[in-house]
Amino acid sequence: MNTMSDNQSTIDAQNNPDEVQTQELSGAQVVLKACIAEGVDTIFGYPGGAIMPIYDALYDYRDQLEHILVRHEQGGIHAGQGYARTSGRTGVVFATSGPGATNLVTGLADAMIDSTPLVCITGQVFAHLLGTDAFQETDVINITTPVTKWNYQITDANEIPEVMAKAFYIAKSGRPGPVLIDITKNAQLQQFSFTGYKACNHIRSYRPKPLVRKEFTTAAAEMINAAERPLVIFGQGVILGCAENEFKAFIEKSGMPAAWTILGLSALSTDHPLNVGMLGMHGNYGPNVLTNECDVLIAVGMRFDDRVTGRLDRYAKQAKVIHLDIDPSEIDKNVKADVPVWGDCKETLPMITALLEKKDHSAWVNKFSECMEKEIEAVIKEELHPSTDILTMGEVIEQLNVLTKGDAVIVTDVGQHQMVACRYAKFNQSKSNVTSGGLGTMGFALPAAIGAKYGAKDRTVVAVIGDGGVQMTIQELGTIMQNNINVKILILNNRFLGMVRQWQDLFHEKRYSFVDIASPDYVTVAKGYNIEGNSIEERKDLISALETMLNHDGPYLLEVFVGKENNVFPMVPQGCGVGEIRLK
Amino acid sequence: MKQEYTLTIYTENQVGLLNRIAIMFSRRKINIESMNTSPSEIEGIHRFNILINETEDVVRKIVRQIEKQVDVLKAYFNTNDTIIWQELALYKVPTDIIAEKVKVERLLRTYGARVVAIRSDYTIFETTGQREETDTLLKVLGEYGLIEFVRSARIAIIKDSKGFHEKLKEFELAEPTQHIIDEPISAAEAASKVV
Repeated sequence: MNTMSDNQSTIDAQNNPDEVQTQELSGAQVVLKACIAEGVDTIFGYPGGAIMPIYDALYDYRDQLEHILVRHEQGGIHAGQGYARTSGRTGVVFATSGPGATNLVTGLADAMIDSTPLVCITGQVFAHLLGTDAFQETDVINITTPVTKWNYQITDANEIPEVMAKAFYIAKSGRPGPVLIDITKNAQLQQFSFTGYKACNHIRSYRPKPLVRKEFTTAAAEMINAAERPLVIFGQGVILGCAENEFKAFIEKSGMPAAWTILGLSALSTDHPLNVGMLGMHGNYGPNVLTNECDVLIAVGMRFDDRVTGRLDRYAKQAKVIHLDIDPSEIDKNVKADVPVWGDCKETLPMITALLEKKDHSAWVNKFSECMEKEIEAVIKEELHPSTDILTMGEVIEQLNVLTKGDAVIVTDVGQHQMVACRYAKFNQSKSNVTSGGLGTMGFALPAAIGAKYGAKDRTVVAVIGDGGVQMTIQELGTIMQNNINVKILILNNRFLGMVRQWQDLFHEKRYSFVDIASPDYVTVAKGYNIEGNSIEERKDLISALETMLNHDGPYLLEVFVGKENNVFPMVPQGCGVGEIRLK
Repeated sequence: MKQEYTLTIYTENQVGLLNRIAIMFSRRKINIESMNTSPSEIEGIHRFNILINETEDVVRKIVRQIEKQVDVLKAYFNTNDTIIWQELALYKVPTDIIAEKVKVERLLRTYGARVVAIRSDYTIFETTGQREETDTLLKVLGEYGLIEFVRSARIAIIKDSKGFHEKLKEFELAEPTQHIIDEPISAAEAASKVV
């Protein structure tokens, strides 16, 4: 079969609907044609019985679709997420039925809560076997309903072109999210008359973007113009909406300080003078306490997660709230908005900016600097320049900043190292911070880094991972080995499940219940996968070890032993207001 | 304050959507008091009526999250004073007892019931009304050897609704108009938002 000419005819059919040529193709072939028509270049997946027809067809499309064989479907979907986050495109994941499909669930939940566009294709048993407890049958549609933006089961190949088009449209449009398409084996095998692929751009029951209401953008601008102490807090909506420039213009016009959620990180360069730092539980001191002193709080593309707000009845009670979001159900969900600005912030921000007056809020911005000085004195100084011989996570990140100059993609796992990395990492460009924010999925970073590298092939990708999380998906070293994926794996090993230990330290009288986790010799493990590595625990080795890692041509694993019982501060304890943030 | 809310949801006729909607409630551990789903007056569009006991704040959030689902066209919520609602009930009683002991004509008249089947061994009555009405007849027939009883879910018409035909036309447009976009919140609520 000549795949090139087949592909050409698909594109022709798209461009010239009048000259549609009908082809007899299998459902499996059309799944791949749909992927190609949607511009997919990389697929992360794992084959199995029920998805074999698609893998068989994939054999003929190897020149157009790069398939990365992962070691576990969870690794596949996290890789798809990493790819989506750095590329701004939709991640595509293949898995088989039964366990293959259920292994996707954690990644779907993660992508759902972090608004990551994914299209997952799962194989399913033959339609006539549905409901019979057939081998590797599982009710994947019902299992995944709460963790997908949309899902659909195909039992007839004729549905494939339209459903694939809907899947890609739904995943990427509006507030993005994961879509799962379950295709029975008979539909994959079925030959049918394919008349060309038509991308979807409208579904009558689905409104990806609410219409922008001018009265609210005007009201927002008026409120900001009247504000004396405006505080902008921004989330991933700025990145997903490709509105980084619009956002920058917005805050610069009236000189408003801006603080970020963990997923908003990198939307605004970390050294921008109006970037006042991170919000929430382990965020910076200033943005937290001053949330309760601002007079207007402007939330852009963020959803007031409880890790950001702390206790809601003590959150920004004095402030008028302006909330910009593309998802109407986020408005008033946790924090009541005085001015709701529905819509894509790429459209709404410029509308507001146009009406903003130039202002001087330097006295207000200075208050953040004062808070920062306090935080430097109480926390940051010791974290970045420790007075003891024991390495800290913070100084490792700080040295990484120096060496990468803030140009690297940093993928983090979940826990103390994640908070430290997000607090101290420098970023010059957007889509550079990849982390599991909403779900807090340990084991995310190693596979996500694989995808992040495919999504940003020219960039340095560093996966910063704790000794707990890395052991959850360490099998993906095999994927890195087989494809020689140039990711840098930086394990910050404190020989504890550090964040849980910190809570046990602070809130459970140091009853260290099952947080003492042993690690293998990671360098030896990496060696087994033919990946070079090193392990250090002394300050004198830090810079050269990081340099070696970054300069190495290919994947590299560096383990750094850090203080066992260091805690991450500041901290807003659970159940407290942001004003009650602790510096120690 | 918790009270009865009746949700009216217009959806595509899609396998799995019932589950997708039902889990919005179970996720928050909210009991669905009754649920009816059936084709609406428009071909291909289903209409759900769901009855729950909740606070307005929670209901509003759920309705927005339901409306966000891809295959849901529109979701409304109403208190009892803004809808007309009915339930249907069927009662199966032994024909001999009923024929002997009850003045059937009076029963029918008093409770607005109808006879839908008469056999030598049993008779089936039907009544429509609100919960208290169907309950009253249930109590009466309970004294005459009631064999079986079934009640439908609540179905409701929104008093000031102008129907869904016009709205649907707008949903079908690629560029929807203000008219359908206006309602992530109601117009009154929107007005209160502008300060």
